Amino acid sequence: MSDRTLTVSSLARVEGEGALHLVIADGAVQTAALQIYEPPRFFESFLRGRQHTEVADITSRICGICPVAYQTSAWAAVEDACGVAPDTAVGALRRLLYCGEWISSHALHIYLLHAPDFLGYPDAIALARDHRAAVSRGLMLKKAGNAILETVGGRAIHPVNPRVGGFHRAPTAAELARLAEQLRPALDAALETVRWVAGFDFPDLELDHELLAAYDPAGYAIERADHIATGSGARFAPAEFLDHVVEHQVPHSTALHATLDGGRYLTGPLARYSISSALLSPVAQQAAAAAGLGATCRNPFRSVVVRAVEIVQALDEALRIIDGYERPAAPGIEVPPRAGVGHGVSEAPRGLLYHRYELDADGLIRQATIIPPTSQNQAAIEHDLHRIASANLHLDDAALTHLCEQTIRNYDPCISCSTHFLRLTVERR
Amino acid sequence: MTSPPTLAVWKFASCDGCQLTLLDCEDELLTLAEEVTIAHFLEASVDVRPGPYDVSLVEGSITTPGDVERIRRVREQSRVLITIGACATAGGIQALRNFADIDEFRSAVYASPHYIDTLATSTAIAAHVTVDFELRGCPIDRGQLLEVISAFLAGRKPDIPDTSVCTECKRRGLTCVTVAHGEPCLGPVTHAGCGALCPGVNRGCYGCFGPMTGANVAALVPLLRRCGLDDGDVDRVFSTFNVAAPAFADRGPRA
Repeated sequence: MSDRTLTVSSLARVEGEGALHLVIADGAVQTAALQIYEPPRFFESFLRGRQHTEVADITSRICGICPVAYQTSAWAAVEDACGVAPDTAVGALRRLLYCGEWISSHALHIYLLHAPDFLGYPDAIALARDHRAAVSRGLMLKKAGNAILETVGGRAIHPVNPRVGGFHRAPTAAELARLAEQLRPALDAALETVRWVAGFDFPDLELDHELLAAYDPAGYAIERADHIATGSGARFAPAEFLDHVVEHQVPHSTALHATLDGGRYLTGPLARYSISSALLSPVAQQAAAAAGLGATCRNPFRSVVVRAVEIVQALDEALRIIDGYERPAAPGIEVPPRAGVGHGVSEAPRGLLYHRYELDADGLIRQATIIPPTSQNQAAIEHDLHRIASANLHLDDAALTHLCEQTIRNYDPCISCSTHFLRLTVERR
Repeated sequence: MTSPPTLAVWKFASCDGCQLTLLDCEDELLTLAEEVTIAHFLEASVDVRPGPYDVSLVEGSITTPGDVERIRRVREQSRVLITIGACATAGGIQALRNFADIDEFRSAVYASPHYIDTLATSTAIAAHVTVDFELRGCPIDRGQLLEVISAFLAGRKPDIPDTSVCTECKRRGLTCVTVAHGEPCLGPVTHAGCGALCPGVNRGCYGCFGPMTGANVAALVPLLRRCGLDDGDVDRVFSTFNVAAPAFADRGPRA
């Protein structure tokens, strides 16, 4: 098993352009590098000089799959800099909107990107030939998420209704009541999803990375953070994020890598679940327990189960918010500019998303820093690849390659965000 | 029986939102997959088949030397090439670099800018190869995407109006946000297609579908000023996702 080079031309079903380079020499894995060559678009550069009121419309365009995350962290940071906070009615609508993105993004990943790995199909279209009911259920869930985004946000991709300070227009109670009619059957489909994915076969891998997630004692953290928590119990404020997380450039990637207090760490569904599972709604907790999840989950292959539980959580939460909805008198507050620095944190479907802006007295951006989840996770992904490849060197090239691709897809990496055609190269020397 | 036509989806510099629009056709996706062979769509499948392809959908703009070559190879393999979204049709928001110093941009984001292989410009696909149809939007509209795919598969011209957002706004019976509320709105010069989403939420259009055919941008600018925009605001409002579209980029001297 030495002195062989294998090149697989594409690692697909991820969002973005990158490659994996695996070097195996003398029976051991020498290098496992996730190479990202998504061409950079320089958002942090051209955000400078933009008005504080237009930042979220611009950052939305970083990612078509999680635009609400990029809008939410942006206006959280801008509102922090300007010293304002919208009222609870606006907060509830923002959480509802974000639930829509979690449902839509997670359903996309579970059914169209990840499930084909577990069931041995190249894609969801082929999967649908044998499992039409399952794929149709996934598409129905995805549509329910998009219905929230369209009703509250005005559009599923790059919503137009949210703004710094709140919304341009608050939906009517009747509009949300119609939406709830669509969400109720989707909740049943979400519970069925948890049962379905719990029956997949999961390779053994328990990761030992540090974990990082937004935390909010009031409920499973989604659109806002009271503070940021680590798997080992440390806590810090969003304003202290850059004291703990440091980005650095590596030659093989156009996405910057990040470390937490000097070490690799993981953000995303496993981190959120392991830190906040006690805060899930009763229906989500029951679904998790029935699927065999404990209070924490450290097997990255089981992230598909955690995502399914998070869809249940998001749908349950969305229905709860709609149930208690009274249309606010004003859809938002004005946000007069002032000079200052603001920090914004939210939980994108793929993990913690941090924004920091420095504004001048006219509200123009002087400096922008955006740290997306996939770049935070790159080191952990590479570490997992190293471990999974090392433990499975007995596999032939095709099987090893498939396992490595699946390992990457466990993280639902969004390479467009972090800086997409993935090329996988296995080199055996 | 002839085999179904082949569809390919390609990505260049972009956010993935426009190709995601194809996956967002939840009610039509499985039917579409029976009508066409999805032969190359990396975001959705590991099953990649060799060209040539009957219809290629291209998302994203050209920003690297490698992509200049790659789009030529895509063109050679495609009977029909359709560009989807503002990045592919106008260069996208990343074309803000065309009006800035790229070396300064690069070093503001990366500590070791020499690792980063990028061009000084972000350009539309049509600047590099012949394009058969351009579908506008940031992002594109799902209904319009299905119309364009159906039309090319049937060998007919797509029914995509090239008028302004104002016409859609009137058709919806919305109150004009500029006339009634003094909101600055790019609707009079912006390509139709979204269905007047922003006026529908009491907001002025922000131009994400780019300029309409024959847009009279110079005539709109005084109206924007009357709504309270200063020189910097007017400059910024045209400097977003279609900043490099000629009607927006060449609107006259910058403030």
